[in-house]
Amino acid sequence: MAGSRSFLSRLRDGDEIARLITFVFAGSVVLLTVLLVYELWVGSVLPRHKFGLAFFVTRVWDPVFDNFGALPFIYGTLVTSAVALFIAVPLGLGAAIFLAELAPARVSDTLEFFIDLLAAVPSVIYGVLGIFIVVPLMRDSIEPALKHTLGFLPLFKGPAYGIGFLAAGVVLAIMVIPYIISVSREILLSVPRDQREAALALGATRWESTWKVVVPFARSGIMGSIFLALARALGETMAVTMVIGNAPLISASLFSPGNSIASVIAGQFTEATGDLYLQSLIELGLVLFLLTFVLNGLARILIIVTSQRGSGMGNA
Amino acid sequence: MNARLRLRKFLSNFMLTLTGCCALIAVSVLFLILGYLVYHGGTSVNWNFFTKLPTPVGETGGGMANAIVGSAKLLFLATLFGVPVGFLGAIYLAEFSGHKIAFVVRYAADLLNGAPSIVIGIFAYSLVVKPLGHFSTFAGGVALGIMMIPITLRSTEEFLLGVPRNLREGAMALGASKWKTIVTVIVPAAYRGILTAILLAFARVAGETAPLLFTSLGNEFWSSGFNHPTASLPVMIYRYALAPYEDWHRQAWAAGLVLLALILVINIVARGILSRGTSVPRS
Repeated sequence: MAGSRSFLSRLRDGDEIARLITFVFAGSVVLLTVLLVYELWVGSVLPRHKFGLAFFVTRVWDPVFDNFGALPFIYGTLVTSAVALFIAVPLGLGAAIFLAELAPARVSDTLEFFIDLLAAVPSVIYGVLGIFIVVPLMRDSIEPALKHTLGFLPLFKGPAYGIGFLAAGVVLAIMVIPYIISVSREILLSVPRDQREAALALGATRWESTWKVVVPFARSGIMGSIFLALARALGETMAVTMVIGNAPLISASLFSPGNSIASVIAGQFTEATGDLYLQSLIELGLVLFLLTFVLNGLARILIIVTSQRGSGMGNA
Repeated sequence: MNARLRLRKFLSNFMLTLTGCCALIAVSVLFLILGYLVYHGGTSVNWNFFTKLPTPVGETGGGMANAIVGSAKLLFLATLFGVPVGFLGAIYLAEFSGHKIAFVVRYAADLLNGAPSIVIGIFAYSLVVKPLGHFSTFAGGVALGIMMIPITLRSTEEFLLGVPRNLREGAMALGASKWKTIVTVIVPAAYRGILTAILLAFARVAGETAPLLFTSLGNEFWSSGFNHPTASLPVMIYRYALAPYEDWHRQAWAAGLVLLALILVINIVARGILSRGTSVPRS
């Protein structure tokens, strides 16, 4: 037993040295994370003192007169993420149901392999496709069609530029679908077999057993996968920057150009002259970090709770 | 009653077909992306692309040789910073640490992993660029390295914990010290998994653009050493795609194709390594 040996003998074996060395590296991970929060906090001291909470409700972003408000960017981030989830959740969940419930194991694994590859595509490439494929498609066919049919809603009013909230939301949707599929599929696969069999034995059709028994059983885990996707969407930078239009506007119309927290940082950080300007951008970074931190935490709790419930009942 | 049953069966089949369509749409996106990249960029991936510097606006031709070398340098630095910390940290977690410390380290790693890449960019800027006073390859490498740490750490730890108990006990019973057991038995048994983890982390940061925007910045020319701003493939794609010149768009497509091909190949190789046999070495 290691515990009963003396410290000196363990030191001679090198165990204590190995422990110490690896501890330094493990500890540096914690140190880095603390340092990250510290740098963001200290780096944004000027705007936090000057604007206080008004920073979040001011819609002016004026570098010339040193007036900075985050509202247009918070709005842009929320709207594009909402559009993304509106498209990605039904599609992703549908695909996950197919992969977990219907497809034979080999087909499911093959498709999951492609989904994993899709999740590995870098965001700048989604941006290139967004700007050359999605934006023209939006401008020439989808936005005019939406205006024609649903134009009475304030969401679909105004000129169709192509670039803007809608294009950014669509590109984001394409990017987060793989995350929703992968996590939801795992969650659905962890639902115990007897749940399905009981439903089928009671005369439910395949779809009824899936939709009324399996999905509700996995509900909180699926919510977790959606939060995870939302956290991704909020923090996504390049693809959004390339198609959102980069104008600090707040508009009810999805056709309007806008800006998001991540893309204003990407676009203006290197040209930010003056401390207040730069620090306002860093405060936006802090906001973004805290948002994703909360969402990721919630997602993890939901996913763990569901998979434990699944395995717990499976063993019972 | 019979009609109602038929309706339910129809509904069932209809909805299940619909889920199949969802899966089909989701997967077809991958092939659409590849198709578009090959269609628009395939012909521009030529000898010049790999060997020439970018040309000034208006002059067609030229390539991205400096960006390719720049990316290679950045990824080299990132691996140098990220992999040792992730790997040795994971060994501490899996082999030495108690529950409390392990929880804190894992939590910190997950936080770091969940941070948006643009925030990591700000972090590397405050950590390296601001104190040094200039943009540099080094700063970009640090940013990407920080991103590699949590990915390497968490998956390496999982593979180490997956090594069967009896291997550990066998080595201990033969009188090997703990670190000897780790070096000669546990790590070799998990090496496929660890290699996969490192490759996936590498592929993940290879396409990252946001953390490079204000660390390694960009460069029209060759960048010598690690102390100057450097061009990199992802940032070039971003700049060229947004510029209003046809010829630059063509190059952006080509660079996108090269970058994606690299990333997909690494991903496929990594998964191949893992799936070939178990992680226990043949005796």
